[in-house]
Amino acid sequence: MSSVQFDQHADRSHMSVSDEVAIEITGMNKWYGSFHVLRDINLTVNQGERIVICGPSGSGKSTLIRCINRLEEHQEGSIIVDGTELSSDLKNVDKVRSEVGMVFQHFNLFPHLTILENCTLAPIWVRKTPRKEAEELAMHYLEKVKIPEQANKYPGQLSGGQQQRVAIARSLCMQPRIMLFDEPTSALDPEMIKEVLETMISLAEEGMTMLCVTHEMGFAKEVANRVIFMDAGQIVEQNEPNEFFDNPKSERTQLFLSQIL
Amino acid sequence: MTDFSYVRSEMLDEKAPPSSSTGLVGWARQNLFNGVANSVLTVLSLIVIYFILAAILPWIFVPTWNGTSLQNCREILTAAGSVGEHGASGACWGVINERWQQLLFGFYPDAERWRPILAFALLFVAVIPVLFNMISRRMNWVLLLAVLGVGIMTRGGAVALVIGVAFLAAAVYVAFKMFGTSKGDRALEIAEGAKRLPNPLIFSAIFPFIAPWLLWGGSVWVPIGAALGFLIGYGVYRAFVGAIGSLGALILAVIVPIVWWLFLVGSFSSLMDSILPFGLEAVESRKFGGFMLSITIGVVAIACSLPIGIVLALGRQSDLMIVKALCVGFIEFIRGVPLITLLFVASTLLNIFLPPGTNFDIILRVLIMVTLFASAYMAEVIRGGLAALPTGQYEAADALGLDYWKAQRLIIMPQALKISIPGIVSTFIGVFKDTVLVSIIALLDPLGLNNAIRADANWNGIVWELYGFIALIFFVFCFSMSRYSMYLERKLRTDHR
Repeated sequence: MSSVQFDQHADRSHMSVSDEVAIEITGMNKWYGSFHVLRDINLTVNQGERIVICGPSGSGKSTLIRCINRLEEHQEGSIIVDGTELSSDLKNVDKVRSEVGMVFQHFNLFPHLTILENCTLAPIWVRKTPRKEAEELAMHYLEKVKIPEQANKYPGQLSGGQQQRVAIARSLCMQPRIMLFDEPTSALDPEMIKEVLETMISLAEEGMTMLCVTHEMGFAKEVANRVIFMDAGQIVEQNEPNEFFDNPKSERTQLFLSQIL
Repeated sequence: MTDFSYVRSEMLDEKAPPSSSTGLVGWARQNLFNGVANSVLTVLSLIVIYFILAAILPWIFVPTWNGTSLQNCREILTAAGSVGEHGASGACWGVINERWQQLLFGFYPDAERWRPILAFALLFVAVIPVLFNMISRRMNWVLLLAVLGVGIMTRGGAVALVIGVAFLAAAVYVAFKMFGTSKGDRALEIAEGAKRLPNPLIFSAIFPFIAPWLLWGGSVWVPIGAALGFLIGYGVYRAFVGAIGSLGALILAVIVPIVWWLFLVGSFSSLMDSILPFGLEAVESRKFGGFMLSITIGVVAIACSLPIGIVLALGRQSDLMIVKALCVGFIEFIRGVPLITLLFVASTLLNIFLPPGTNFDIILRVLIMVTLFASAYMAEVIRGGLAALPTGQYEAADALGLDYWKAQRLIIMPQALKISIPGIVSTFIGVFKDTVLVSIIALLDPLGLNNAIRADANWNGIVWELYGFIALIFFVFCFSMSRYSMYLERKLRTDHR
């Protein structure tokens, strides 16, 4: 298990969590056909929280965060994102999606558009931002992820780490209140994992609400204020990171941690 | 103990490759003579090519261009000493000399042939801004005005001359404004001109109304009425979209123009015609023929099948059961039936089912059938492109909050169409060549005319020359399409593999 080391003594005390609820999931169940993938999920996320979700493959962690912007439909229970309940009402879905950014394992950049066009597309067509303003915004976020000089290249010309940082910038251009990360570093070479994680840390330091499915336990220890362990479609254990790693309560969690650390 | 520790003290500089691997010698060595087998093949191929050309070229290059009949050609050939084992040998080009106009235009009246020629030239002006982005807006307008001017002048007569000269003068004026800058910064001038001049795509949009009018003639108010239908539809949509939502407005915007086209256009055009009569001499469909007919059918089928194919492909992937079933049913039915069957339906059966007295133009019927046929194939080609896209692209578009139509238009279709370019162009080429099948329902396309010409006592017995000529022209069109598709693929390649 690769684990990236960060500055252990950085002061992250200012990364506060507000009382405002960002996401509220109650009694959520989901099936793929007859297979019960998510079982009675209850989860409340406050504005500014950084949550890392881990667990063995097939445990439903990706499915859970994909339910939050309705890339997957849930069949029972409710998911309320920023006060909007996700249902079959497409207007609500589009509203939630424009406020929730998502970063994928395989980046999913649009290969026929330049980096800049990738970043300006959604602001222009969804938010109706004037092109010039959208381009300024895109350059601002590309500078933030430290690749403004690549703006006029195509995704195929960039390294994996650069592409993932573009993907993060593309999501940020919609100025989301919540960011979802679905194994953002799993498809990257070890050298590139760090540059992506550093981008994510700087995002966390600015108070972004983040839900992150990842196996990067170093990242979890440093940045998360809560770690959730999932197995067999249910939340098995959640705790603040130090307690979670040093003193796991459930046997299943202990087994999982002993295998990856 | 072996010592394998090694540290490079300086990095090597780049060197030029050996001369045997570059230049003409290098190329020939790599591609023609790299190894014994390849060398033998190269030599054998050269020998075969030599023999084929040695047999064909003397047959082609013979002085029979002015022959008046097959018999006359033979006399010319004998006189020229081109004699083989079985008497005179060589092509009889007299038939092409005498009949090439017929092969191009069928029985279209001589005096009106400037119209299909103008329509054909305008076709190029109309497609250039769609297909290429390498000529400037202003250049496009200059081209359009010049083509119109020359085309109208070829009609002959004083009025046509005046109008033609006026168009040419306009072309020169627009062109002069481009070239006549004192500072000479043409790029800047073009950029400024691009702002002032209207988009040439406007002409591409009205060309579908101009071309049928030029070809079939009749009152100018008929195509204007037809075009008005689209404007009415747009107006209805804009007027009602606020009141009854986009779906309701869309349905109204489809129904109202259809009512207009079916019931009102006729009275509109005859009313306007009585106020301000202006038109071209009407030419009946049965006078259409030759490559003019093939190109008309081919261009319409190609232009209409792509959008219909896109809609069908999307419908086939739709989650809506009924839409999906309709699209699958349509595609599978049309693909499961030979084109000739559809053409027979168009030429004979349709008349039986339509109310008596309905005059439904035969070429229009054929156009509809060929278009539907091409659309079904197009839909499957595009579905292939859609299937080749990773689901991540759909998810990324969804996750950014793009709705279905925006995602299709901005993310999915540009990529799916790019992937499908070879298949799409293959279908285009296939459709264009399939237009010769209309000879079976007695339309005089090049092959139909070919039979008619060979029935002439003068040219009875001629085969190769006519088929060769027809094949050559088809080849020019199909090869151009193929080259265009390769250009487009190169232009759109952004994956840098």
